[in-house]
Amino acid sequence: MLEIRIHGRGGQGNVVAAYLLAAAAFEVQRYGQAFPNFGAERRGAPVVAFVRIADQPIRRRNQVLTPAFLIIQDQALLHVPGVLDGLLPGGGVLVNSNLSSAELSANAGRALVGLPASALAKEILGKPVPNTALLAGFLALSGILPVDALNRALTHRFKGDVLERNLRLVETVTSRVPAGLWATTQEVADVTGA
Amino acid sequence: MLQALEGSQAVARAVALCRPQVVSAYPITPQTHIVENIAKLVADGQFKCEFVSVESEFSAASVALGAAMAGVRAYTASASQGILLMAEVLYNIAGMRVPLVMTCANRAVSAPLSIWNDQQDSMAVRDAGWIQLYCADNQEAVDTTMQAYLIAERTELPVMVCMDGFTLTHTLEVIDIPDQAQVDEFLPPYQFARTLDPRNPISIGTLISPDYYSEARHSHHQALLNAQAEIIAVDNAWAALTGRSSGGLLTIEGPAEATVAILVLGSVLGTLQASLDEYPPAIPVKLIKLRAFRPFPAAALRAACAGLTDIIVLERALSPGSGGIVGLEVLAALSSVSAPPRLYNFAVGLGGRDIPLDIVSRLLAALETPEDRTFRIIDVDITRLPVEDR
Amino acid sequence: MTTDTLIKITDLRQKQPRFRGLEAGHRACLGCGEALAARLVTEAAGPDVMIANATGCLEIFTTPWPESAWRVPWMHSLFENAGAIAAGMESALKAQGKSTKVLAFGGDGGTFDIGFQALSGMLERGHNVLYVCFDNEAYMNTGIQRSSSTPHAAMTTTSPPGKERMGKRHLKKDIVSIVAAHHIPYAATSSVAYPSDIRKKIRRAMAIDGPTFLQIHCPCPLGWGHEGDESIEIARLAVQTGLFPLVELERGGLAGVMPIRHPKPVQDYLRRQQRFRHLFVDDLRAQQELAHIQAIADHNIEIYDLAGTGRNAQDSEGMSLVRRGGDRWA
Repeated sequence: MLEIRIHGRGGQGNVVAAYLLAAAAFEVQRYGQAFPNFGAERRGAPVVAFVRIADQPIRRRNQVLTPAFLIIQDQALLHVPGVLDGLLPGGGVLVNSNLSSAELSANAGRALVGLPASALAKEILGKPVPNTALLAGFLALSGILPVDALNRALTHRFKGDVLERNLRLVETVTSRVPAGLWATTQEVADVTGA
Repeated sequence: MLQALEGSQAVARAVALCRPQVVSAYPITPQTHIVENIAKLVADGQFKCEFVSVESEFSAASVALGAAMAGVRAYTASASQGILLMAEVLYNIAGMRVPLVMTCANRAVSAPLSIWNDQQDSMAVRDAGWIQLYCADNQEAVDTTMQAYLIAERTELPVMVCMDGFTLTHTLEVIDIPDQAQVDEFLPPYQFARTLDPRNPISIGTLISPDYYSEARHSHHQALLNAQAEIIAVDNAWAALTGRSSGGLLTIEGPAEATVAILVLGSVLGTLQASLDEYPPAIPVKLIKLRAFRPFPAAALRAACAGLTDIIVLERALSPGSGGIVGLEVLAALSSVSAPPRLYNFAVGLGGRDIPLDIVSRLLAALETPEDRTFRIIDVDITRLPVEDR
Repeated sequence: MTTDTLIKITDLRQKQPRFRGLEAGHRACLGCGEALAARLVTEAAGPDVMIANATGCLEIFTTPWPESAWRVPWMHSLFENAGAIAAGMESALKAQGKSTKVLAFGGDGGTFDIGFQALSGMLERGHNVLYVCFDNEAYMNTGIQRSSSTPHAAMTTTSPPGKERMGKRHLKKDIVSIVAAHHIPYAATSSVAYPSDIRKKIRRAMAIDGPTFLQIHCPCPLGWGHEGDESIEIARLAVQTGLFPLVELERGGLAGVMPIRHPKPVQDYLRRQQRFRHLFVDDLRAQQELAHIQAIADHNIEIYDLAGTGRNAQDSEGMSLVRRGGDRWA
């Protein structure tokens, strides 16, 4: 079983990101579970969402304390204590940032991958909502699900012009991100072999 | 059909499949997605009903009551403060033996204010005279909704389908949504003998003098006790149709040789199951899932506890100044057994506090001091308490 | 007249096509204005109705289980939800495509106070419900406590006069204006002293598909402090002084009034009731209150143009009733 934690702010589509990821797992006949942990319900408030992906039904409902991967939807959240807590050794961290991965990693003192998700979203979707871009980047990096599964999940959630733009965004991101960078990490993280 | 859905979305579809003709709705976290999803189904023409956006939960329950009395299947949902605000109506509905179904998206009750999951709300109205069924996951929430209408209309008792707020309502997982044909086969059109009809006028809801009151209460109590059989029968019928049981009145699972059991209601079951599988404790442990809290399945519980030496009741609410609520009822049910198991009673996860996988080891540690079985909130952080409260 | 003729007239009376939605034999007090109003309302509304009745005198004295005085489908739920129960009934009937009209009955307590929210919600959502408020100006069922409908300076058990007080301190809530502000098709006031007026207004409301409201002034002999056989006369005085104007509003605009032929001074009304007796002592405060109440009446006469100068000047105080020669029940 794989566990992923997504940190964001209210309004950045944090919960939708988690739902899309779990739904994408379902598209390839795997089990997915996703749920939020709200702070206060307003724009800008820090929110966290959790995702589990497995090949058996997922029964536990506790919060993800030891994620294999982290997706950080807002670079400023890196300063919030606890955001990186529990990450499994060798775990991958994807950050929404205009800085390069090298710069991000240097600042944080650990390996981080940066993706200008908001900027790309602003360009292609018309709004700086980073979640789709981050998910595409995440899947490309980790290889835990085929990117096409995300596309199919998007098709169930959006339609018309919005869907089209999201699909285009996915394609743009996957062409830019080094595919399979975290593939070895995945094997390490896949603790239970479930 | 299997779908990846948010719990609330799945419940909204389940409700639509039951074909209520009036749905009343007042928003409260974490029920809002249920009523929003229903509104969307109505707006998109996928579900035909009178959707009444009322001005408070008191009216939400009242509109559903008026509709049920005027001849149609009705539905509403609420949580927390809303359940308490409509409490008067809940007693009224049950006392008039009206077959309504509602969802309670279990949430803590102010004060302190909390929007997160525990079961204080539904526990607060346990005496209202409703059937209360607790769901361990979103599949059960869907299946139990269908079953609830059949149980309600057969027993003339309203049914509250309890599902943990956020933990279930806002969790997306794979759920099998039955198709309309299956549900129509299972659930016939609305049946209620005492509807209001100008062709055959009746008066309902009148004042009852002491000469008649006790008999009405006796019959109500008896009806709830008798409903146990119906709850089992309906679950069996659903299982025959879909291959899925929601657990009847209660279930017990685990190694046959185990003499220690943990009893829970609701979604914490999944975490306990995963914990026992992944980190098997030194001593074998059974899990008892209580699905029906009202009627309280005392006989079934006694049977399930046969051979146990210890039972740990883990609940998501408490009665301040007394202790556990479920624990007390379990204790009472077991009191007539010769050599009943020792009972340990804890509250956990109040106000939405996360219940981690290692909760099991903390529970089992209590067995080491059987002389002290006082109720306590097991996940209290001592360091955050004032010294005098420790 | 011979005995035969007398018997025949009685027979005719029995055969008059008058629908009795509320039967005799209920347990109301002698001279209860509310009982009379409920009978008149259900007569005019006819049998194809369903009633949602709030807690109060009316539901208590009409349904001493196992007996009921209602000949139409009737339900009592709680105190604060007549509007919501009615809304639920109406939604169900609409879903079933049925023509049955929903009536909501509430006293002033259940309408002005505790049931206010549910009423407002029902009106705002445009349900096809006729809400009738039987206004006897206090919580009578529980023993005469003040409500927001209790008139200024009236004595109740929770607004007693004394050294520091002259009865109820606050003004009577203007419920019909608040209701009319929801822009519903029809909102009106009436009084048990004018049964034809009640009948006319009920029939009007029944014919409208949408929320309608009728506030009926109902004396309570016990609560107001007068004899049962004075109820009608005292109700009439309330109208004739201008203290209880009979008006009709459509979508919030004034559509009709019953003009007052010869407005009477408020003392004529007040002195007949024990609940105002503290205003008839030799006390400056009492005199001030009387003047205040007169000012309220004068204000009503002015804002509703009740002085008979408008179009309906000839139809004051149900004069059309008088001109037609006595009681007319058809």
